[in-house]
Amino acid sequence: MEKGTWTVKTGLAQMLKGGVIMDVINPEQARIAEEAGACAVMALERVPSDIRAAGGVARMADPSIIQRIQEAVTIPVMAKCRIGHFVEAQILESLGVDYIDESEVLTPADEAHHVWKHEFKVPFVCGARDLGEALRRIGEGAAMVRTKGEAGTGNIVEAVRHIRTIRDAIRKLQSLGQEQLMAEAKALGAPFELVLEIHRTGKLPVVNFAAGGVATPADAALMMQLGVDGIFVGSGIFKSSDPAAMAKAVVQATTHFSDPKVLAEVSKGLGKAMPGLDVRTLKTEELLATRGW
Amino acid sequence: MITIGVLAVQGDFAEHAHALRLAGASPREIRSPVHLDGLDGLILPGGESTTFSRLMRLYGLTPAIIAAAKNGLPIWGTCAGLIALAQEITGDNPPILGLMDIAVDRNAYGRQLDSFEADIAIPALGVLPFHAIFIRAPKIVRAGRSVELLASLPDGTPVAVRQGALLCTSFHPELTSDTRFHRYFLTLAQERQTRRNAAAV
Repeated sequence: MEKGTWTVKTGLAQMLKGGVIMDVINPEQARIAEEAGACAVMALERVPSDIRAAGGVARMADPSIIQRIQEAVTIPVMAKCRIGHFVEAQILESLGVDYIDESEVLTPADEAHHVWKHEFKVPFVCGARDLGEALRRIGEGAAMVRTKGEAGTGNIVEAVRHIRTIRDAIRKLQSLGQEQLMAEAKALGAPFELVLEIHRTGKLPVVNFAAGGVATPADAALMMQLGVDGIFVGSGIFKSSDPAAMAKAVVQATTHFSDPKVLAEVSKGLGKAMPGLDVRTLKTEELLATRGW
Repeated sequence: MITIGVLAVQGDFAEHAHALRLAGASPREIRSPVHLDGLDGLILPGGESTTFSRLMRLYGLTPAIIAAAKNGLPIWGTCAGLIALAQEITGDNPPILGLMDIAVDRNAYGRQLDSFEADIAIPALGVLPFHAIFIRAPKIVRAGRSVELLASLPDGTPVAVRQGALLCTSFHPELTSDTRFHRYFLTLAQERQTRRNAAAV
């Protein structure tokens, strides 16, 4: 009997597919998310839009918040550690969280290195803007990836850019000749073995979710039609005017992502979505997606 | 051609569909009751059982699947799908479909840290062991008299059971490239198709 293997770590992510993972900051929100049909929750001290507003250094959540959320729901509970902060990751593993998100939403602890995720038994999810970044994280042991998007903006534009960039790069890899793959691995800055694998299979070796900017059911369905396996919603649920209704609608839009009639139905009467930000008005130092490499 | 539905409200339905194609069947994704018409079998995949329970109810699938099962449709539940089929879920949880005479404890092996893989013997599939992957697996804590044991762990815990046309596994054959379990389920679906065709003549 083997535990904490790569198969087991990537396997949990397979079970999340077609589902929605919601950011929550207390047991009440976690129960609303579970009731709405979320397949997991992300336990946080603050949602990304509040982190963005507060500024300063954003760190791992207080363990007691995470534990109260674990006690409140039966669905998997994830939590975030700072990029490169392997001690926060060790603490989260000891709490028994189901997944660790090594996240650019928190202030990075190491600007040169990410956590070496292979030495953990708990699986990790990491953000990526392009194929090279996704494959570097998988090479370090991430069992799941997500588009970074631009968290806390309620603006889907960056998430769309990132999934399109990843898809285009995969198509290009498939079209290359054998002799071009090493040069492409160099250009991507990606592990050669993973480049070979994608050239052969035409898909990422782990589950890929969308994150960073999903604010409406239509946003969720857009990302699903662009080919992601599932959806992370951060501020989009609990910064909207009717979180329970928005949560339910985003879940249904994720299941029925290719059925416009259902999408129209679930989009009705949801009240106000979260306030949005034009990403082009953000200063370079305010961008979260550029954290990590 | 045998048509097998795969519940696609959430979970690893794409992996089941892939395994079914390899085993020679035609898969169909099930998201609403109309998709159930004319199936020879139905798979409830791995995923989150709480999510399944909410979404199946919301989409009107719960009564439709129960009716199809009463009508003899072969149904196979893996992991979360097993929880959905069980008549009893320990704790305060009401049953989801409540079709098979077993009791399950959700996530009894613990959280993700206690997921595991192991080679197990499944005599119904032949002499070669089956590589079983358990992910936050539910534990079968009681099985009724009419439930047949297909496989168990060394400590005696049942991990694959059958009751008539209903099949349950607490592990995930769809995450391996071994399609023997899918082919086993197809024999149940084939029997049902043969019976239906005979009745139609």
